[in-house]
Amino acid sequence: MITTFGLSNNINMITKLNHVSVFVLDQNSAYDFYVNKLGFTVNTDAAMGPGMRWLTVCPPGQPELEISLMAVTEGMMFDAQSAHQMRELVQRGTFGFGVFECNDLIATYEELKAKGVEFTKAPTKEFYGFEALFKDDSGNWFSLGEKKR
Amino acid sequence: MILSWRERTNMFNCSVLTGSAFSNNKKPIFIPEMTNQLPKIYLYRRLVQAKLFIDKNYHEPIDLNDIADEAYFSKYHFIRLFKNIYGKTPHQYLIQVRVENARLQLKKGLPIANVCYAVGFDSVTSFSALFKKITSRSPANYQQTELKRQAEMQQSPLKFIPGCFAREKEWLRNRNFQ
Repeated sequence: MITTFGLSNNINMITKLNHVSVFVLDQNSAYDFYVNKLGFTVNTDAAMGPGMRWLTVCPPGQPELEISLMAVTEGMMFDAQSAHQMRELVQRGTFGFGVFECNDLIATYEELKAKGVEFTKAPTKEFYGFEALFKDDSGNWFSLGEKKR
Repeated sequence: MILSWRERTNMFNCSVLTGSAFSNNKKPIFIPEMTNQLPKIYLYRRLVQAKLFIDKNYHEPIDLNDIADEAYFSKYHFIRLFKNIYGKTPHQYLIQVRVENARLQLKKGLPIANVCYAVGFDSVTSFSALFKKITSRSPANYQQTELKRQAEMQQSPLKFIPGCFAREKEWLRNRNFQ
């Protein structure tokens, strides 16, 4: 029998995504990109001992979603070979990590471009919506869409 | 700033429209929907410049006329357009930027009065009131909570990291900073 469950009925099921990892080449540079250019806020910045730093940032309108900026370096996360392969893939722009939303795409595009963010696609009307694509300082790409008004 | 037709339309290269506009390499066809949007890009650039001006000079005693001048608009036209894009009047936005920057400085443990003047307010009373209105906490309360959280983060960082990352990577076993 198929039952329709509303989210509110499913209190014991998954309700939210609150952490997501983005693999970056250099945390200092990623900090500058995500905080000073994209305007995200730092949630946690904890030194975990030599060579390990737990750094998470949140989009301003979504303080409960922490984006963990994970350094791709040999160490606790990756062995030497994995780190090497992963860095290559990240640099080559293999990974698209998600879709961000803004209130006004053209204004946001103009501002980010003025701040030196690299766009691989200018705001374009597609059949699914109004969209632009940009890259972070490591090579990861994101889609940027406009909230439907 | 004068842009070529192609540069401007690139901004809005709706795939369907440009498909027809540039077909056969003929002269671009006049398309009402696209040209309606063209003048907007000038407005956008000016408004973005005005916003960036606030972001950069928020600690100075700027008033609206400075900002409107920056955007080459009449004051009232400017306020209306700014609010259209950013959902706030330039003045409301300036206050918000000041408060956001105050938060960052309070986190560093600077005295409240210093922070107040450093971000461009000229009275501690009005600063505290606006801060509380926006963040729903007083500056002192906010600072205490943040400093406590930071001290805790230094002492036991694992409290701030989801266990899966810590356990998976054996941070719990290998490290002694619990």
